[in-house]
Amino acid sequence: MKLVIGIVRPEKANDVLEALYRAEVRGVSMSRVQGHGGELDRVETYRGTTVKMGLSEKVRFEIAVSDDFVETTIAALCDGARTGEVGDGKIFVVPLERAVRIRTGETDHGAVTPVTK
Amino acid sequence: MSGAVDAGDTAWMLAATALVLMMTPALGLFYAGLVRSKNTLNTYMMSIAAIALALVTWAVVGYSLAFDGHGALLGGLHHAFLHGVGFAPRAGTHIPQLVFFAFQATFCIITVALVSGAVVERMRFGAYLVFAALWSVLVYAVLAHWAFGGGWLQAHGTLDFAGGVPVEMGSGFSALAAALVVGARKDYGRQALLPHNAVYVLLGAGLLWFGWFGFNGGSGFGINREGVLAFSNTLITPACTLVVWFALDLLRERKVTAIGAATAIIVGCVAITPAGGYVSPGWAMALGALAALPSYAIIVWRPRTRVDETLDVLAAHGTAGFFGILFVGVFAQLAWNGAANGIAYGDARQLLWQALAALAGPAYAFTATFALLKLIGAAVPLRAAELEEAVGMDVTQHGEEAYASGEGAILVTTEAGVDGPRAVAQPEPA
Repeated sequence: MKLVIGIVRPEKANDVLEALYRAEVRGVSMSRVQGHGGELDRVETYRGTTVKMGLSEKVRFEIAVSDDFVETTIAALCDGARTGEVGDGKIFVVPLERAVRIRTGETDHGAVTPVTK
Repeated sequence: MSGAVDAGDTAWMLAATALVLMMTPALGLFYAGLVRSKNTLNTYMMSIAAIALALVTWAVVGYSLAFDGHGALLGGLHHAFLHGVGFAPRAGTHIPQLVFFAFQATFCIITVALVSGAVVERMRFGAYLVFAALWSVLVYAVLAHWAFGGGWLQAHGTLDFAGGVPVEMGSGFSALAAALVVGARKDYGRQALLPHNAVYVLLGAGLLWFGWFGFNGGSGFGINREGVLAFSNTLITPACTLVVWFALDLLRERKVTAIGAATAIIVGCVAITPAGGYVSPGWAMALGALAALPSYAIIVWRPRTRVDETLDVLAAHGTAGFFGILFVGVFAQLAWNGAANGIAYGDARQLLWQALAALAGPAYAFTATFALLKLIGAAVPLRAAELEEAVGMDVTQHGEEAYASGEGAILVTTEAGVDGPRAVAQPEPA
């Protein structure tokens, strides 16, 4: 099992969801985060105060999948999130020790496999 | 010049002018609530820009073209740069022409701001400024002359109390043309594009209603029967529209919606705009109730089309204005307005002239706006780049955010020698 973390542009979040759905990856969490990944700062001015905004709005997807699904998930994230400009985001894959589905008590592989019925 | 300046009339018209000016920031708030949070400021700024540009064009040439002389299609240029506009009363009124000019200026301003609702969230701010300035003269001033300034519609007896032709149909049908030329937002029809703050929408609608007492109540140009009738009708009509809108919402979704209510207030105010001083309070109630139906139908239907007339200016203003203009032709009542009867009270010709206005106004507004935007589009790009649209118009057009948190913001001082502004998310040159 792996936890796939994808940090993407907020305006591409819907495209990512769509790509994940088409790849039959179910079970997603997303949250709004602020981050900085090498893109240029944008400059904003409020009256006499000029600031460089070092952090950009991003959306962070967390997807727990069985090993077979890792490549599919990565492909879907890239497919949905890529614009080709700096700031498209990153994907991190980390090993996952345990997973439990609270409703049934299923663990590990059973817990990250979508409910079929 | 007839008669003298009346102190009471002038006092009311000064207050009414301020009320109508307030409608434009109120509209900005209403529109800003209806868009996504990343476009809040840009949407609001389109209304503020209308104040800046339309006031200047109105003073320079618009007022003169609308209100100088009785040419059939267009006024003269004697009042250009406010020449001869002073303390002497405007013909047919007892208020100084300067007050008359200011009152009419606020109408031009809000009409320009109304059109912006069709192109929010993607039109380049620079292109919008050019459009707003030219539209205020080429479309608004012309229609205002036809309906208010002694042009052919008014001369033939079309009754348009406070601007069903220039303001409501003028903005509504121009909005349709603008939406067609500028094109849909890139995510339109693909993603749910939802209002980000319903409270702004309700507050904006409430302030618009408040300002509308000056808009309609002031269109009698003083303390007189038409003005008083229009003032009270402005209270009565939108309330009836609200009741019917609630019922329609209940029928459709079994829930009464807040944004629906805000829309109903606008629709009711628009419907009574052409009719305010001409129909009895009883008929004003009927008008409010009936006007809800076509606007509601178009608001439900329009998002299923490919036309991204984003904030439904056509449904709220064009349609309700069209309905109100025709309603005058049927239910205008000499006993109430001292001007003319509609067909229900024996004068069929009145309906004919109302119908003509309801065709000519939209036809001119649509055609002229379509051509104007095509011309501007040939010179400068009308739309922001896709990436800019995606990031949001607030940051890309204005370099500001409506809801800036300040997290991660680094203070830039010129002494520190930091580079000037750079574009958003542009890659470093290799």
